[in-house]
Amino acid sequence: MIPLVPLAVLIPLAGAALALAVPGHRRLQQGITLVALSAVVALSGFLMWAVDAHGTLVMEVGGWAAPFGIALVVDRVSALMLVVSSVVLLGVFLFSIGQGLADGDEDTPVSIYYPTYLVLGAGVFNAFIAGDLFNLYVGFEILLVSSYVLITLGGTAQRIRAGVTYVIVSLVSSVLFLAAIALIYGATGTVNMAQLTLRIAELPSEVQLLLNLALLIAFGIKAAVFPLAFWLPDSYPTAPAPVTAVFAGLLTKVGVYAIIRSQTQLFPQSSVDQLLLVIAGLTLLVGILGAVSQLDIKRLLSFTLISHIGYMIFGIGMANAAGFAATIYYIAHHIIVQTTLFLAVGLIERQGGTTSISGLGGLMRTAPVIAILFFIPMLNLGGIPPFSGFIGKLGLFTVAAELATPAAYWLMGIGALVSLLTLYALARAWVLAFWRSPKRAEAKIEAKAEAPAAKPATTEALMLRDREQALFERLQDAPDALPQAEQKEIPRLMFGATCGMVVVSVALTVFAGPLYAFATRAGEELAEPGRTVELVLGDHGDGGSPGGGSGDTVPEVAVLDEEGGAHG
Amino acid sequence: MTMPLVLVAVMVVLYACGVYLMLDRSLTRLLLGFLLVGNATNLLIFLMSGSFGEAPISDGARAEEMSDPLPQAFILTAIVITFGVSAFLLALIYRSWRLAHDHDDRVEDDEADLEIATAEALAADEVTDEDLAETQEYDDADVPADAAPGGEGQR
Repeated sequence: MIPLVPLAVLIPLAGAALALAVPGHRRLQQGITLVALSAVVALSGFLMWAVDAHGTLVMEVGGWAAPFGIALVVDRVSALMLVVSSVVLLGVFLFSIGQGLADGDEDTPVSIYYPTYLVLGAGVFNAFIAGDLFNLYVGFEILLVSSYVLITLGGTAQRIRAGVTYVIVSLVSSVLFLAAIALIYGATGTVNMAQLTLRIAELPSEVQLLLNLALLIAFGIKAAVFPLAFWLPDSYPTAPAPVTAVFAGLLTKVGVYAIIRSQTQLFPQSSVDQLLLVIAGLTLLVGILGAVSQLDIKRLLSFTLISHIGYMIFGIGMANAAGFAATIYYIAHHIIVQTTLFLAVGLIERQGGTTSISGLGGLMRTAPVIAILFFIPMLNLGGIPPFSGFIGKLGLFTVAAELATPAAYWLMGIGALVSLLTLYALARAWVLAFWRSPKRAEAKIEAKAEAPAAKPATTEALMLRDREQALFERLQDAPDALPQAEQKEIPRLMFGATCGMVVVSVALTVFAGPLYAFATRAGEELAEPGRTVELVLGDHGDGGSPGGGSGDTVPEVAVLDEEGGAHG
Repeated sequence: MTMPLVLVAVMVVLYACGVYLMLDRSLTRLLLGFLLVGNATNLLIFLMSGSFGEAPISDGARAEEMSDPLPQAFILTAIVITFGVSAFLLALIYRSWRLAHDHDDRVEDDEADLEIATAEALAADEVTDEDLAETQEYDDADVPADAAPGGEGQR
């Protein structure tokens, strides 16, 4: 079973290489991508079963024993993340095929979308199974670099503008992460997470706090928690619908996952729990207030995305097994539901030609199915009882009630309020887009169009822009950024993929019992990092026994310990 | 041998200049700032490797006298990643310079943000009885035919 672990990264990477090798054959590329993603779904499903039945899997890459080589660790949390993210990647991929075919761009020269998409998947999976910090960094970089490409796909002015902010903020967070790794290595002489569990505990508490905060800031930018989330609503909405969907679902959750890992495995005795709770409350409130003020549905959803990251940080901040379990279930729920909502918005965009709720109207008559496809995940996100959003929030609130600290009570209140506001913001958008008569929307648009007078522009600049425009139309992989002709039919596959994701989100509710039990076991595993340490460092006779971690058998590490001590 | 103070000073200066440049709105300066900060971070990793020593992979040296090779491997990886991202960033700068209307390479404000600041309120209570009356066709018997996915575009 253990040799299967690295396949989660290798299959998408190999698929990307193959797809790059056949740039002219879009069908073939799609086939390769489909096979690769289906294989990963099957593999991660199997891994999830295996991990639950037989315990954590540890793979030592290249046969190097754990503290020296790179370890890949799949425990219950990683396995669940693998399953959820591979399902999301597959669903969004099917959606994007539908969209591509509808746009009639089968013979476009630029066909980097599918390889990049696969590499993004490889980066996400690598981050989930990384057993050492530097490998986690590499996983992050893989997924970030492919996300840079995806977010600027087509190279229109709007996407470049959004891409610049996104790229630079991500760069800053990556550099911070790398510097934090350097400091941790200087202080402990290792980057293996299991060994760090032992070594960080021996550091003075103020050094621990410094390292913990350094990592938290780096991960906080990636996870878009409150003061560090400013970049997200600027960047995500301008990308093509499927790209936004996969970004919103997956990328921020990789950051949350990294926070979980660092809080449970590296700093289990951390003193930042109160800080995390405060951040969670602020993220919840500020995010949702942003959402309420938005006119564009994609931006609105981006703000609710930020807001709901707060729930996950809330669970991590409570720092006990039940809190982790609730967080894990909530992450799984949120990845699926947020992706589904963005896919539904993709359908709305195609049907109505815009995503601004001031321009949409009367969709209930022209597209009642989209109304339902948006309505179900909307209720789910808002936390209406039978759905998984309710179960996740109930889990969090139960743990908070058991903790019975003032901070926990505050967060319960904020959490309930944010649920209501989420529902308000989304329901307002839904009512305006689907129930309002189309005439009123048109009147709004006309009033707006008349307002700005024609900008004076030199003929030279105009010609240049025309030429650029013509160039883009040929180059774009996904020309849906431009307002589409409204009469266009929505392809079956886009509907099918969205329906499939809605079904998956409902399945989270139907199978909530076993799933929550699984999350509970995963949470217990996270709350006891000691077991993972033994597994990673101690399950091989040839060298790295747990005692080796103390530095007797490892001269160079011993030297570093002295150095680290002097440094600390 | 211990770490020379010079390296620490260089790192500090690189970080300071890099952060200063990254605070600018001009993309070219941002790129330069990123390069400086990236190199400063590489130096930081190197400083964290502890003391200098013999070449790590050789026959003669004793283990206690070796340099730690791991941070150097980290730095190599980080350099490759920084290089790739810088190349992408350069392409991005070129693209945005071409697209900017007055051939500028500055980071622009988000239009939607500015729009929100001036937008009039748009609330669900704008849906009046009149609207609902107009959409009454929805109750008509022809719904199933129209309801098919993408059945007809805009009535």
